[in-house]
Amino acid sequence: MTPTIPASASTSLPADWRDLFALTKPRVMSLVIFTGLCGLIAAPERIHPVLAFTAVLCIAMGAGGAAALNQWWEADLDAGMKRTSKRPLPQGRLDRTTARDFAGVLCAASVFLMGFAVGWLAAAILAISIIYYAVVYTIWLKPRTPQNIVIGGGAGAFPPLIGWVAATGHISLMPVVLFAIIFFWTPPHFWALALFVKSDYAKVGIPMMPVVAGERSTRRQILIYTVLLLPLSVLPWWIGGTGAVYGLSALVLSGLFLALSLRVAFRERSGPEDTMKPEKQLFAYSVIYLFALFAALVVDRFVVL
Amino acid sequence: MQEPENDPRSIEQIRKSRNRVLALSLAAFVILVFFISLAKMG
Repeated sequence: MTPTIPASASTSLPADWRDLFALTKPRVMSLVIFTGLCGLIAAPERIHPVLAFTAVLCIAMGAGGAAALNQWWEADLDAGMKRTSKRPLPQGRLDRTTARDFAGVLCAASVFLMGFAVGWLAAAILAISIIYYAVVYTIWLKPRTPQNIVIGGGAGAFPPLIGWVAATGHISLMPVVLFAIIFFWTPPHFWALALFVKSDYAKVGIPMMPVVAGERSTRRQILIYTVLLLPLSVLPWWIGGTGAVYGLSALVLSGLFLALSLRVAFRERSGPEDTMKPEKQLFAYSVIYLFALFAALVVDRFVVL
Repeated sequence: MQEPENDPRSIEQIRKSRNRVLALSLAAFVILVFFISLAKMG
């Protein structure tokens, strides 16, 4: 049975600002803002603090707008999944037209403000990242292929690139490497989550890797991407873009990521009572990993070993 | 489900709080544009 959002979705109450804020997926946005800010600070050139603040604000608005578009499009699917059923649209606390308009205004405002205040190259990359997430990932890839997370991971990889370009005005090798790090981090991060909410995805027919290829294949693929991530995370040090502070931090953080992935890769669900603790630990660590890695990038900019 | 009579806050309260947030956002935007102009001129 296809889940549908409550009839009261055309709610008689006006939209509460808290529900509009929830549409922007604030927790995801915090990681986006952080990586964007790190890209901006780690860049070799400085811009005026007000323009730097505006650039980060635009990245946050763009990410929030894209997340709101995602929730607007997936309201019916969200209603059918335990993890997402409490969101404003499935709960009927917000009507879809308001959500769509709010998302549209946020996206457009973020791109134009970035263009006028900071630069049109950064604005163009921001626009591409919004389209990538809202259209390429949400509408096209997610319901069609188990590789949705792999290709769609590009959407979350843009913020440090945008931050860097906002500061320097051009694209170089370093921000592309930062993009690649998040791109390769995304599959193990999401597949760890997908392993313990597999039934949710299966229920609404989203072809996540554990649903389509099975748990064993997903676990091995998590390991493959984590192995690839290790040298990639150290690449900024090898190419001389950072110092030893970042390089050594990346080695330790990625080594721990690999150790946790190994534990997940060679284990099997013991039964319905399995709490999936290693998978949950890997998912939690993957978030800490990205925060710590990008924090090391910034610290490296100011501390020389 | 959310009907006005089930909600602890009235339509008026929700509208007021939303308008306040909107007004603050617009004021913050105007201030930001002012400082962006100063930064671009400097």
